[in-house]
Amino acid sequence: MEPREQRDLYRMMVLIRTFEEAILREYHADKKPAFDIGAGMIPGEMHLSAGQEPVAAGVCAHLTTEDAVTATHRPHHFAIAHGIDLPRMAAEIFGRVDGLGKGRGGHMHLFDPATHFSCSGIIAEGYPPALGQALAFRRRGTDRIAVAVTGEGAANQGAFHESLNLAALWRLPVVFVVEDNDWGISVPRSASTCVPSNAERAAAYGIPGVRIEDNDVEAVHEAAGAAVARARAGEGPTLIEVHTLRLWGHFEGDAQGYRSDVDAVLGRDPLPAYETTLREAGVLDDDAVEKARHDADDRVESAIAFARQSAEPAPESALDHVFA
Amino acid sequence: MTSTDTSSPAPSAAPSQRKLSTAKAMVEAVAAEMARDPNVFVMGEDIGAYGGIFSSTTGLLDTFGPERVMDTPISETAFIGAAVGAAVEGLRPVVELMFVDFFGVCMDQIYNHMAKIHFESGGNVTVPMVLTTAVGGGYSDGAQHSQCLWGTFAHLPGMKVVVPSNPHDAKGLMTAAIRDDNPVVYMFHKGLLGLPWMARNPRAVGPVPEEDYEVPIGRADIVRPGRDVSVVTLSLSVHHALDVADELSGHGVECEVVDLRALVPLDTDTILESVGRTGRLLVVDEDYLSFGLSGEVIARVVERDPGLLHAPARRVAVPDVPIPYARSLEYAVLPTRSRIRDAVLELVDA
Repeated sequence: MEPREQRDLYRMMVLIRTFEEAILREYHADKKPAFDIGAGMIPGEMHLSAGQEPVAAGVCAHLTTEDAVTATHRPHHFAIAHGIDLPRMAAEIFGRVDGLGKGRGGHMHLFDPATHFSCSGIIAEGYPPALGQALAFRRRGTDRIAVAVTGEGAANQGAFHESLNLAALWRLPVVFVVEDNDWGISVPRSASTCVPSNAERAAAYGIPGVRIEDNDVEAVHEAAGAAVARARAGEGPTLIEVHTLRLWGHFEGDAQGYRSDVDAVLGRDPLPAYETTLREAGVLDDDAVEKARHDADDRVESAIAFARQSAEPAPESALDHVFA
Repeated sequence: MTSTDTSSPAPSAAPSQRKLSTAKAMVEAVAAEMARDPNVFVMGEDIGAYGGIFSSTTGLLDTFGPERVMDTPISETAFIGAAVGAAVEGLRPVVELMFVDFFGVCMDQIYNHMAKIHFESGGNVTVPMVLTTAVGGGYSDGAQHSQCLWGTFAHLPGMKVVVPSNPHDAKGLMTAAIRDDNPVVYMFHKGLLGLPWMARNPRAVGPVPEEDYEVPIGRADIVRPGRDVSVVTLSLSVHHALDVADELSGHGVECEVVDLRALVPLDTDTILESVGRTGRLLVVDEDYLSFGLSGEVIARVVERDPGLLHAPARRVAVPDVPIPYARSLEYAVLPTRSRIRDAVLELVDA
């Protein structure tokens, strides 16, 4: 892999982590001393993606904003890696009028027609719309593709299997991504899934299936490159499962008392690991690391500031946008 | 029949007296829109070579080919969800859920995605699609193939819900639905399609203008004026109400029959005007009685002015029981002519 590409992957991972840390800070800032999920500047459930940066960075490096991405209830890393407008995304998370959905959606419901990005809070249900986006792209004679993302828990949903069958049957230009972070909220993968790798399930639909171990961003990048090329060439879908890491709780406020691997989590953090790898390879030095963090900080804090200054939606507008 | 439409020729005024079945009128509208707009395409189970189990797509495959008339696997979540994604990207899918009773296997894509994306996006994304589906009983198809369920869809915000009762409206509402930038659930009653293999209402074949026209979504039609009782209804029950109105007219009772044609948006003004004239309200609904359309119509009247009602409002609907199989039982719960007649007579005596 070219050093330039490696640095891009690293910088994207830093940007995502910086954003998630900023949201974490803002989310908890006014929920003290007693945690109240509905209180504060950012109310509601908050599913942060720290630890899963390699998946989004590795996959989205092959996309343009003409391609579609459908993400999950934990969508920020894919939104950022796909190039969504950061200030408007932050404003939506804050529930403000300048948000992508003018405050109607929230962090699980980010829709950006400019980058063909969307997400759904319902497990596995982001897969079917991606099929239709892919169908539309193909019908128009383009080589645009759709990437559909779920977690490993979603691979036991009917929507997952219906979608794989239909996409394979119609040879749709789709890349299916499964983020295996070991946990469906509190249920470990061993208690939910009958096969060691969801990539095996691809065989049931006659499509390639690849599993990436160790949250390896460069391996994700390589597998996604092949899958995206295959989709663009009209050869049909691919399923990629990445064994990734939920660095924090299922949602903020999750004490994770059920989590047997919690002590080992920090040692598996992919961001310092990749930084070390690139330093040792001479791709990164102190200056480059400092600049990546500084640039990310600038962008993120500017987005947070934009969100903070944006107005709350007027109550009298609550009935707007039900119909076009 | 009279029509309140201003944008479309009433059947009685149409220069052409060409008659079509409701099914053929639907297909004619879909075909015309497909010819007019390359973004329109059709997806569903058995909608290709079979032409739709209820003849809702007959001939479209021959005319437009398999790229635009796509048979799907029995995977309603996948293909209805695919229609949502295609609509988001600017195509205009007409997607068929074979029986409305099957919504249980795919409702998430319908009410959490199709109906909510426009709202959640703050109006930045539109989902211009039509979800067609067959409704209704009366032919012993049992509890899982005979329901209407329009109240269930209408209860959930973000989708328009239209229910034509005749060939003219079937064509005009389909044209309007396909051209609408919102998701529209288009519910057609099996007993109104004019199918050769099912007992059908005589009015299932009727005059349909050859040119294209829209029946505006959300405008009810007073299909028979009358001074004594407002019978507010829709779909097949419109015809039962008209039959009862004909019969009772000979006995000095004049029913005004209001065909709602849409649940969302509901034409409250036409309901209020009619009840304002008659002072008596009967709602006839082939959907379940409780928590549904019949209660909603009465609530809209009472909220505006309870004084409009000179007698307590009445409802004829499916009592809260699954649709039975045996003919004797099914017809005991459907809104039949005899139940409508009894309710009208009790109202005028009240």
